[in-house]
Amino acid sequence: MANYSTNEFRSGLKVMLDGDPCSILENEFVKPGKGQAFSRVKLRNLKTSRVLEKTFKSGESLEGADVMDQDMQYLYTDGDFWYFMEPDTFEQHQATESAVGDALPWLSEQDVCMVTLYNGSPLSVMPPNHVEIEIIETDPGLRGDTAQGGSKPAKLVTGAVVKVPLFLDQGDVIKVDTRTGEYQGRVK
Amino acid sequence: MDKWQPGASLNTLRHRAAMLSSVREFFKQRSVLEVDVPVMGKATVTDLNIDSITTSAVGEQGYLQTSPEYFMKRLLASGIGDIYFMGKAFRDGEVGLKHNPEFTILEWYRCGWDDHQLMSELAELISLLLAEEVGISRDITKMSYSDCFSDSVGFDPHSAELRNLQSLAAKLSSQSWINETRANCLDLIFSSQVEPHLPCGITIIYDYPECQAALAQISVNSAGQNVSKRFEAFVNGVEIANGYLELTDACEQRERFKHDRKARELLSKTVVPVDQKFLNALNSGIPACAGVAVGLDRLLMGALGVNSIDQVLTFSWLRC
Repeated sequence: MANYSTNEFRSGLKVMLDGDPCSILENEFVKPGKGQAFSRVKLRNLKTSRVLEKTFKSGESLEGADVMDQDMQYLYTDGDFWYFMEPDTFEQHQATESAVGDALPWLSEQDVCMVTLYNGSPLSVMPPNHVEIEIIETDPGLRGDTAQGGSKPAKLVTGAVVKVPLFLDQGDVIKVDTRTGEYQGRVK
Repeated sequence: MDKWQPGASLNTLRHRAAMLSSVREFFKQRSVLEVDVPVMGKATVTDLNIDSITTSAVGEQGYLQTSPEYFMKRLLASGIGDIYFMGKAFRDGEVGLKHNPEFTILEWYRCGWDDHQLMSELAELISLLLAEEVGISRDITKMSYSDCFSDSVGFDPHSAELRNLQSLAAKLSSQSWINETRANCLDLIFSSQVEPHLPCGITIIYDYPECQAALAQISVNSAGQNVSKRFEAFVNGVEIANGYLELTDACEQRERFKHDRKARELLSKTVVPVDQKFLNALNSGIPACAGVAVGLDRLLMGALGVNSIDQVLTFSWLRC
């Protein structure tokens, strides 16, 4: 991979830091009047999602990280790995539980997710922003109470638990925003 | 950026104009003479970390001045007395939230004063210029570099061993700092550990480390350590001024130039010629004096509570 110097650090650039791939969030130019110029850089470690701050001398460089985002279809899990397929090449990738991470309770077979590949292997998985999933378990629906506010927990087939309006029942399919975990509506 | 509009609002530009006229009034009342020295010269500073913008005129190489210091000191040598300059200065490679390659500098010299007298006058001026805004703190804190450093970091910067500074710098950034110079390690530690904790309002820090003397005299502090008679002012943690009890010894000055040039050569930076006319002026004798330079754009940022220099300039480099 190419090396990037501090003056090429831009938000979104993927670089290697202490052996881990990181994404640059911010790069601030710092220079004491009579002193050496620095770059104060905020980065997100793509493995742990932790945000760190590092100071580099102007002109220092970091190696680029072989990190690529790719849309892939979720196929299935065998309990150990989660399998994704590139829609164009049909090439399959297996992701570990830690790579799937927070996407786990939202994964429905055939949904298209954004998979971040690092050196060719899945590093993290982003579910679609909106998913449609069936309710597997909730208190019985209260018909005729649709005008009244109020909500109850509902467990979805994928494992997520979402707050839904009282009138919904087991077997209903709902639309959820995966970024907030909020109910968006019932799908007819 | 394709925008043609200025970065500063019309209201900010009115504040800017008011600030410039307050400065002129301040010095008029104190009988300090305004001088309008060149911003383009045939020589420039040798500072390791300050890069000049080159230009040319009538077939000769020139440099946009990074501060009016050398020209002003030549005037001091000619016996002019107390003087100030308010105008543009230029530094290459400096662009960011708090930097623009062209900026407005206010620099003045007081003959026969020491650094502490000038710090008082500086605090008075900054306080006056901040006063035009409501809700901006004008509390003044004055402390030595050693005190504020050891308060935040836990050890004395002057007596600390180089390898301890290097390992702290490496811990704060990366292993590549393990062989850095004393001055660079101190700057890194100061900017990341001390500056963010400086009190609100105006903070003046004096007696900088000997290795960061630039054009200041070296002296001995109450703990018997060598320090430079250099000071800086911060407004809400942002560096806005740098001053010295000025070095007046031409031989010592020549040595420092030589040292700078060697350091630039080692880092493969452009080696600039030494300003011989400035050295000749020092040789002929300049009065004992203290001098200070203020970044007026940053002071205006502090007065208005804005965090980007683009918001106080008509057209920052991004918009030129």
